[in-house]
Amino acid sequence: MALVTLLIITFLLFLMVRIMPGNPFPSERMSADAIAKKRAEMGLNDPIFVQFGNYMKNVLLKGSFGKGSSLYNGAPISTVLPQCMANSFKIGGISILLGTLIGLILGIAAALNRGRFWDTFCTVLSIVGVCVPSYVFMIFLQYFLAYKVTIFPFYFDASRFLSSSVIPALSLSLFSMSTVARFTRNEMVEVMDFDYVLLAESKGMYGTKLVTRHILRNALIPIVTVIAPLVVDLLTGALVVEKIYGINGLGKLLVDAISGEGIDYNYVLALGIIYSALYILIMLILDIAYGLLDPRIRLAGKKES
Amino acid sequence: MPDKILEIKDLDITFKTTAGPVHAIRGVNVDLERGETVAIVGESGSGKSVVMKTAMGILAGNATINGGEIIFRYTDDDGNAQEVDILKKEKRWIRQNVNGRRIAMIFQDPMTSLDPTMTIGNQLIEGMIMHLNLPKDEAKQRALELLKEVGISDPEKRYKQYPHQLSGGMRQRVVIAIAISCYPDLLICDEPTTALDVTIQARILELIKTIQKEHGISVIYITHDLGVVAKVADYVNVMYAGRIVEVGNVEEIFYDPKHPYTWGLLSAMPDLNTNDDRLYTIPGSPPNLLHEVVGDAFAPRNQYALKADWKEQPPMFRVSDTHYAATWLLDERAPRIEIPEELKNRIERMKADHEVGNGSRL
Repeated sequence: MALVTLLIITFLLFLMVRIMPGNPFPSERMSADAIAKKRAEMGLNDPIFVQFGNYMKNVLLKGSFGKGSSLYNGAPISTVLPQCMANSFKIGGISILLGTLIGLILGIAAALNRGRFWDTFCTVLSIVGVCVPSYVFMIFLQYFLAYKVTIFPFYFDASRFLSSSVIPALSLSLFSMSTVARFTRNEMVEVMDFDYVLLAESKGMYGTKLVTRHILRNALIPIVTVIAPLVVDLLTGALVVEKIYGINGLGKLLVDAISGEGIDYNYVLALGIIYSALYILIMLILDIAYGLLDPRIRLAGKKES
Repeated sequence: MPDKILEIKDLDITFKTTAGPVHAIRGVNVDLERGETVAIVGESGSGKSVVMKTAMGILAGNATINGGEIIFRYTDDDGNAQEVDILKKEKRWIRQNVNGRRIAMIFQDPMTSLDPTMTIGNQLIEGMIMHLNLPKDEAKQRALELLKEVGISDPEKRYKQYPHQLSGGMRQRVVIAIAISCYPDLLICDEPTTALDVTIQARILELIKTIQKEHGISVIYITHDLGVVAKVADYVNVMYAGRIVEVGNVEEIFYDPKHPYTWGLLSAMPDLNTNDDRLYTIPGSPPNLLHEVVGDAFAPRNQYALKADWKEQPPMFRVSDTHYAATWLLDERAPRIEIPEELKNRIERMKADHEVGNGSRL
């Protein structure tokens, strides 16, 4: 099922890239003849289905996404991609962990102190966090943590990975933290009024046991739903943050592929496929997580299979 | 010597809402003797559940207790008699010493009162592990026995299942099993059969009754169903708009009701033995407690309302040692107003039926 979806997405992407305005050649610097020759060489004059067929043959049989036409001097994409993916995934991973963890803590604190200081504090924080774009927050962090006080490097430096990923990871985590905090708070407040929590309390449950066993577990089910797309966003890198901080990641690669001298079809396509594949993968994991959290879904699934 | 297990005195509670403070409980008194069954009867919103949730310490966060006492008497682990005011105790103490262990509660809707993400077994042993310090395998053993006791077949299988795999009646049995798992002294049943099929209702009531007899538990029923009251209760408290308006033993309330509201409730019960094919309803609806009530809260719906009812809240007039009613009709200055003729006939019929021995008082 997931594979069929991916195939359809790939085809649509392929179509859209071809339809997209602009072309892969720096037209100011190439003559019309040279462009025509290059086009023929790349097979761009073939019917679209033939082009797609050739492309898929390459991807599936040779595992290659082709070469770049303008980026990295036409090096095969499969040699450029792993490094970029590693960078994006690492920073994205850190920020999603950070965001989810802090978000959960803030949300739980807010829900348990409904209507009091912590609640208001978390609400304000999460509104600010959702409203402020991550790159604005990052510039702010750069100013204070890298310029005023030089604790962290101003730009990304692969040789000092850990210290130079603090600022982008923090700024990227802001949005997911706020979203998770807000959802956790609302879900928990809702669950706390349910009968089964009252029953648990009337059994004598209190404190951590009550929160983790009865409230949080039930509240987590919808929270997982919001975390999933956040994960994809972060893993695939935030375009602007990567570009500004100079991180060699997927986001920056995509921006470069589009804004360079001519659009690099193969890069755009490859990145599009990676994004989609990740999204599908995360959704798959999400479905499994649902089953683990909610026995109703788990058992319904068993009956069918 | 009377041994009152629970005494609720002058309980007064206000809820903060967006529309303003709602004075939901306006001085409620309820007594319960050990081993007996008391029913609290009233319409939705009369505050019956709130009173019992207060006794369990599970009141919603927007409630303020303005005054009153809830005296609970029990024997502690060393065998000493204890007397506490639950309202003065902190939540943690209540959870550790009262909830589940000495007072247990059965909720109205078994479809929502079990945690959907936890197996029946785990929900059952949770309380026992906490209160009785049982090791897990012993708790499981007792849980299986409990499931059998409440009439669940194949307990081993049910133990591992989740609430959604059980029917409503079975879930309510599980809730009852949870409630009695730690040998409580008092069981609060908040409309335990309202959400159930009529055919199951009687069986659940029967089950609670049996358990009560076997374990010597005192029971409080919260209900709007007078049929349930007649089947189970020793004493009845009729509640209206946050106050108890009439209290008495079950015969007094059913055969000799004094408050016009109780008349209304009794008349509103469906009855097959009548030529009238209309079902009586009490006109109007309960007062909005956002506004402070002047006089008797029932006056606007009461066709027998006296002038005094509009001005001053009636006190509890004594009818007998066990029977009290808050209506100015009982004042010696009041004109003599008799029970409506139709209700009178009906009560005669009920009495006759009962004497013939038709079991239930209805």
